[in-house]
Amino acid sequence: MTAALAIVGIGIHPFGRTEGVSGRAQAVHAVRAALADAGVRFGDMQFGFGGSWSAGDPDTLVSELGLTSLPFINVANGCATGGSALIGADAAIRSGTHDLGLVVGFDKHPRGAFNTDPASHGIGAWYGETGLMLTTQFFGLKIQRYLHTHGIGTEVLATIAEKAFRNGALNPNAWRRKEIGADEIAAAPMISHPLTQYMYCSPGEGAVAFVVCRADRAHDYCENPVHLSGAALRSRRYGSFEVFSPWLAVDAAQSPTVDAAAAAFAQAGLTPADVDVAQVQDTESGAELMHMAETGLCEHGAQEELISSGATTITGSLPVNTDGGCIANGEPIGASGLRQVYETALQLRGEAGDHQVPGDPRVGFTHVYGAPGISACTVLTR
Amino acid sequence: MTGGPLPRTVDDSLFTADGTALLGSRCDDCGAHTFPRQGGCPRCTGSSMADVALAREGTLWSFTIQGFRPKTPYQGPDEFEPYGVGYVELPGQLIVEARLTENDPDRLEIGMPMRMEMIPFRTDDAGEPVLTFAFTPVGRS
Repeated sequence: MTAALAIVGIGIHPFGRTEGVSGRAQAVHAVRAALADAGVRFGDMQFGFGGSWSAGDPDTLVSELGLTSLPFINVANGCATGGSALIGADAAIRSGTHDLGLVVGFDKHPRGAFNTDPASHGIGAWYGETGLMLTTQFFGLKIQRYLHTHGIGTEVLATIAEKAFRNGALNPNAWRRKEIGADEIAAAPMISHPLTQYMYCSPGEGAVAFVVCRADRAHDYCENPVHLSGAALRSRRYGSFEVFSPWLAVDAAQSPTVDAAAAAFAQAGLTPADVDVAQVQDTESGAELMHMAETGLCEHGAQEELISSGATTITGSLPVNTDGGCIANGEPIGASGLRQVYETALQLRGEAGDHQVPGDPRVGFTHVYGAPGISACTVLTR
Repeated sequence: MTGGPLPRTVDDSLFTADGTALLGSRCDDCGAHTFPRQGGCPRCTGSSMADVALAREGTLWSFTIQGFRPKTPYQGPDEFEPYGVGYVELPGQLIVEARLTENDPDRLEIGMPMRMEMIPFRTDDAGEPVLTFAFTPVGRS
């Protein structure tokens, strides 16, 4: 399918902890930057899609940006909020309803691991009371099983986090900008065996915004548009292994990541082998390892060789999480997926500076995964 | 656990009436199992589910060790000791998530036999233990 939507303006508020600046203010900062990048005004926006988990209703940003009566739709879809907002914008443009609009995601979370109310997931209070309702725990359980199934050692988990901090150090918008060696990462306090503190991302703050338009008019606004060639969201199947599962089916099924990635590539008419730069959900380093294969970027079990040989570094054959990923940027839920798209847009425009992938990348891929077993993927081209 | 009222559990609906096994559901149409009980079948979308006692023995499918004290709604003791968490495959039924009585990863191995037991995980305001289910490696002290 031909891309309907082009990204013609990009804006970001640096990720991390910005004391004294609300999540909404960070969103306004990102929106203004995206509008300026596209050379348009907020009054030109025909629609808006926005998402935030805990920093306020996105549609209230209009009180700061301009009360223009535009239709503004709030999106709340966990870690897939950004991807869902982009899919909504794509539908609005593909249908011919609108030509030019705004997509924004932002958040500002308190410190420490997310604590989730079991009732919001249809699970009894016992699950939280007895200490089972933790995303950190799920990732420990999933990578333990995965390493066992595919015969992969735990050493590679520290190598993945080391790369994240190295890339973060090159990215002025990242939160963690100090390199940390693999030995120190492996020796850090154990959060959920086999994953240590420095292998996990933390809830944080940040905002990303895009001005998007009909692909056939992209050059009216920008010399180097990035096209949304594929975008797909999927929920879980019976038998997949997902976060917050008191039980699993004995008959295993593929994860929603597999379904979402396949659908996004099919829409784009491309394959994982065409990808020049990829951003995948790295809630912790084991997630990056598993998601590399679930998205189709490599075979299951091939990750250890790819990672230890440097293939997933910025100058490698399959650069992954070139901006430092969630591990170096933190995870403001409403903004996290759009950060991946922002980084991909920078890479495809050749504007990523110190973390620019060499070789004039043309195809980018993004992937998020989150509770209760959802995944959103995009294929971006220029 | 002989004589007198059964000790308090974290949620009686999770257990059989005698408190010795987990209580799940089995779909009348396709045979899929769930835990806890639920009214709709996640496999065939049917709505005829019957109560079923889950097996008390199985094999360890995966595990981790919870290394920090969770935030609320966790209600374990203030003084935190890392605890094991795992998935245990109950053959022909399902793979259940549970606390483990073992918190040393070097003493846990995927595939090892496990057995369900009831353990106290906190004390209530009256000083009485509140029990939940856990799995323990079979044949180990």
